[in-house]
Amino acid sequence: MLEKALTGSGKYWGWIFFLLAVIGVGFIFYLQQLSYGLGITGLSRDVSWGFYIAQFTYLVGVAASAVMLVIPYYLHNYKKFGRITVLGEFLAVSAVTMCILFIFVDLGQPFRVMNVILHPTPNSVMFWDMIVLLGYFMLNIVIAWATLGAERKSAPPPAWIKPLIYLSIPWAVSIHTVTAFLYAGLPGRHLWLTAIMAARFLASAFASGPALLIIICLIVRSQTRFDPGKEAIQTLAKIVTYAMLTNVFFLLLEFFTAFYSKIPGHMQPLQYLFFGLEGHGKLVPFMWTFVVLAVVGLGLLIPPSSRSNENLLAVAAIAIVVSTWIDKGMGLVVGGFIPNPFEEVVEYAPTLPEISITLGVWAIGFLVLTVLFKVAVSVKEEAAQ
Amino acid sequence: MGCKRREFLKIAGLSTLAGLAGKSAYELLAPGELEASQFMSGGQALEAERWAMVIDMKKCSEQEECRDCIDVCRHVHNIPDFNNPKDEIKWIWKSPFQHAFPEQESEFVEEKLKELPFIVLCNHCKNPPCVRVCPTQATFKRKKDGVVMMDYHRCIGCRFCMAACPYGSRSFNWRDPRPFVNKEEGNPEYPTRTKGVVEKCTFCDERLAVGKIPACVEACKEKVLVFGDLDNPNSEVRELLRTNYTIRRKPELGTEPSVFYIV
Repeated sequence: MLEKALTGSGKYWGWIFFLLAVIGVGFIFYLQQLSYGLGITGLSRDVSWGFYIAQFTYLVGVAASAVMLVIPYYLHNYKKFGRITVLGEFLAVSAVTMCILFIFVDLGQPFRVMNVILHPTPNSVMFWDMIVLLGYFMLNIVIAWATLGAERKSAPPPAWIKPLIYLSIPWAVSIHTVTAFLYAGLPGRHLWLTAIMAARFLASAFASGPALLIIICLIVRSQTRFDPGKEAIQTLAKIVTYAMLTNVFFLLLEFFTAFYSKIPGHMQPLQYLFFGLEGHGKLVPFMWTFVVLAVVGLGLLIPPSSRSNENLLAVAAIAIVVSTWIDKGMGLVVGGFIPNPFEEVVEYAPTLPEISITLGVWAIGFLVLTVLFKVAVSVKEEAAQ
Repeated sequence: MGCKRREFLKIAGLSTLAGLAGKSAYELLAPGELEASQFMSGGQALEAERWAMVIDMKKCSEQEECRDCIDVCRHVHNIPDFNNPKDEIKWIWKSPFQHAFPEQESEFVEEKLKELPFIVLCNHCKNPPCVRVCPTQATFKRKKDGVVMMDYHRCIGCRFCMAACPYGSRSFNWRDPRPFVNKEEGNPEYPTRTKGVVEKCTFCDERLAVGKIPACVEACKEKVLVFGDLDNPNSEVRELLRTNYTIRRKPELGTEPSVFYIV
């Protein structure tokens, strides 16, 4: 089926070469990082994780959100999702690819990465995160490829795929739960030490992933003869609405606990993020952008009239994608380190090489996504004829 | 000889498998701790059940300008000097009371105490969060004496330990440290590190192995730093803990630091 990705319009190849160019620039900066060290980034001994780990955290959510298509389609026999479930699974594949790459580029000694397998350490959450991410990657590529192959032959999917599909449902929940546990089990990082971290992660994942899929579906429809279906997109929009409301609700719970208890350690990171602390407030404009976009997004999503207008829905979906990225990516990761264990404020901002490497990894993800979607859409176009 | 070739091969194969499985099962079940027997003891090594340090800040505060313990550590461990806070590597350093003990914060704390620079270093916790999170056991607690160790050759530089340490005791080599190690003052007997790995105080494990106390303890003329076995009721540290009021950093986190402060 992969050969379908080798034929395409000029526009298709233009996009592919654009992505390759971005990857090339990122790769050159990565070589520079390899030779100089991670000091090329804005990270320091106080803020020791930043832009890379932020993208990783956000994209685990995008990957997990495929389950929002798998559950209605396979468990509730919601036929409208039949056309796009494979797109959700391929989105998950590309998101996990990016997750793994973002961890890789964040390593100080990337060539030693196999030490995680050579010296398996079950008491480390990172060990489990590696297992669940690799497993989820395999599950989704196998399931999506097999179902698409069957569709191409106008045959029902093979029987052995069913148990894998059922397994992929709890597995999707596990990838984001384990990723939340990376943060939620650390003593002394007050922003992260919260029992609802995994729940928050899942809520924001189920908002951001389907919102991204809405945008992609609209692009696919405008660029190809394949129509994901108006009703399927509307159902996705409802999923985004409920998930985003839950996400915002969970965030407000964090605010209540911190600011009603008035425990300084719990208040400080939130104060830093939203209002600035001790005169430092680099992230304040971003966090308020998050707030505004979340409000705008929900304002467009909640009323059925604007939600069913696909132009407004596109705006809402972009607002949700960007706002959840700011909140869960930058805000959550960087905010966890500020103030530091000495309750001093040391700020962080990504550098140009860091941003270029990040864009390069995103471009690799989009390249994987484009190739997989090209295959899927070509198969579906043929099947429709 | 009732053992046929095929049976012999079967038994040999199965015992190999059992051996491999047993070893990995053991490694899985006892992670992050190494048996003392895995280290060679030279006979003259200093030994303890649990090494600990008591820092007498009453004495230390009388010599506010003194940096002997910090300088000697920098020298014997080839700690680079980047001259900028972003890349900084710190093993033992000074931090004002209000920052070393932020949970003790009070507007009305004794004036002298508030800004008093406390000597801070790795606490060699009994329950070290850094060891718990390390995905490769590159940082581990030595079973024989409780020292939290670093394997610079195994560390993959993921920095999970830095996120986990509630004391900010860990530093990362953001760039090649070697050009920034003072060549005249360097110590050829101690390894320099490579870029991309985490490092921290190891209670001078290399000195303990040859019968010497940690360099900082030896360097302090005022006897501010006292090193000894916490599990030995007759040790000097236990005597100090019995007769003085001492505090530890962030005891509420349950990490059980092995560094105590007399205030």
